[in-house]
Amino acid sequence: MKNLLILGAGTSGTMMANHLRSKLYLNEWKITIVDQYKTHYYQPGFLFLPFDTYTEKQVKKVGKKFIPKDVIYIQKKIEQIFPEENKVQLEDETLDYDVLIVATGSKIAPEETEGLVGPLWKKDIFDFYTFEGSLALRNKLRDWEGGKLVVHITEMPIKCPVAPLEFAFLADSYFREKGMRDKVEITYVTPLTGAFTKPTCSTALSYLLKEKGIHMESDFAIEHVDNDTKEIVDYEDRRIPFDLLVTIPTNMGDEVIEKSGLGDDLNFIPTDHNTLQSLAHENIFVIGDATNVPASKAGSVAHFEAETLTDNILLYIDGYPLKKEFDGHANCFIETGNKKALLIDFNYVTEPVHGTFPFSKIGPLKLLKESVFNHWGKLAFRWIYWNMLLKGIPIPFVHRNMSFKGKVFDIKPENK
Amino acid sequence: MSVKTIAGVAVNVSEDGYLEDMTQWNEEIAKEIAKEIGIELTPKHFEVIKYLREKTEAKEALTIRKVGKSGIVDIKELYKLFPKGPLKFSSKIAGIPKPTSCI
Repeated sequence: MKNLLILGAGTSGTMMANHLRSKLYLNEWKITIVDQYKTHYYQPGFLFLPFDTYTEKQVKKVGKKFIPKDVIYIQKKIEQIFPEENKVQLEDETLDYDVLIVATGSKIAPEETEGLVGPLWKKDIFDFYTFEGSLALRNKLRDWEGGKLVVHITEMPIKCPVAPLEFAFLADSYFREKGMRDKVEITYVTPLTGAFTKPTCSTALSYLLKEKGIHMESDFAIEHVDNDTKEIVDYEDRRIPFDLLVTIPTNMGDEVIEKSGLGDDLNFIPTDHNTLQSLAHENIFVIGDATNVPASKAGSVAHFEAETLTDNILLYIDGYPLKKEFDGHANCFIETGNKKALLIDFNYVTEPVHGTFPFSKIGPLKLLKESVFNHWGKLAFRWIYWNMLLKGIPIPFVHRNMSFKGKVFDIKPENK
Repeated sequence: MSVKTIAGVAVNVSEDGYLEDMTQWNEEIAKEIAKEIGIELTPKHFEVIKYLREKTEAKEALTIRKVGKSGIVDIKELYKLFPKGPLKFSSKIAGIPKPTSCI
């Protein structure tokens, strides 16, 4: 028997287990998946939890439920990967592999910024990229009386790059509904030059910030948090005061990647952009947030990657050249508040565009335009995630590569 | 894309003034771009520029964090050398493409 080992049972790892069990000959291949945590979180839900839109229960399930029965599931901590020996050391056993899939994801590293994990952490400073952070923020918001709310990104890349902006939009709606919008000043602070990470979006959507009365501070690279004066401070001593800071700390790959000498300076693994094979070892493949590919770190990207990677693993096993297929395709709903949302569709080289999705001229979803229908789409996605996406069931009409049908290239990005 | 004469050399530049071909670069071009931005180049600047060019040739993506760990400067010093957007300006002066850490 040969061994295919998957590290991490998050969105990517779980999808790969489901795809491969139906594609590999199980009398020749043993598939094993390792993850130290019992709970599988629906991470897009962390955006809604703080505003009491979702409950705790709606965003977590037992991870094992989504792993097929003929895949061996080991709930243990991964200590180190030994790529030269094709071995992975767990807390109390060592596994051999013929093919390794690394799906260890990314996580926040608040300790990277001086003063972030200080006296104000979880009192006036919160993250919403963890279940615990998101929940603590919900409890804080429930009886917060208002003041300066600062929504802040530390550095790129981050998981779900539009989530911080969505948070600001949803916060605007939340405080309006509570009848206290006049007591809250919202500032959006980004290390980039524009609010959106893609220039066409910044051009097409800058009206949203104005409409919602959200003030923006751009080109802000944080140096430290001043816990005494309650300010964030950048490298040129620009200071932004806050009463409540909602920050996206530095995102990094898992420490096991660093320990194993496989990562870059943020512990992301150098990976071929189109085949998803690791650049250093031909029998190691990487998927999802764990890669260093210049695509968004998002579930939709992982979903498209999983389809290409499944084909490539089968090709690799049979000794064929890999398909240079993955194009960085991402397809993301952006909540804009007031029960509306946008949809964007883009890849490595093509910026988000206007048009309809998934059907040319029909839609029903509109690209880069706010609509109630898009918002329903985002909410429906939770069901799709648990019931289709994780199980590797194809989502009808949504192709792994970006399609140019029904797209209108009418936005010229501003140059900054 | 357009052609611009910098320090007596005709070079291809992008819409926002970044060199399209890093092999067309020389130190005089660097000095002239720096002057337009308002930076007087010192040997320390050139150490950073050399590092940026080497990493770009090796096809490694550049970030402020990476330059801060280069052993040449820390992030604070990088901001002192290239104020108001250190990676954007240092890349422009180094004749390499505009950094794209925006994903």
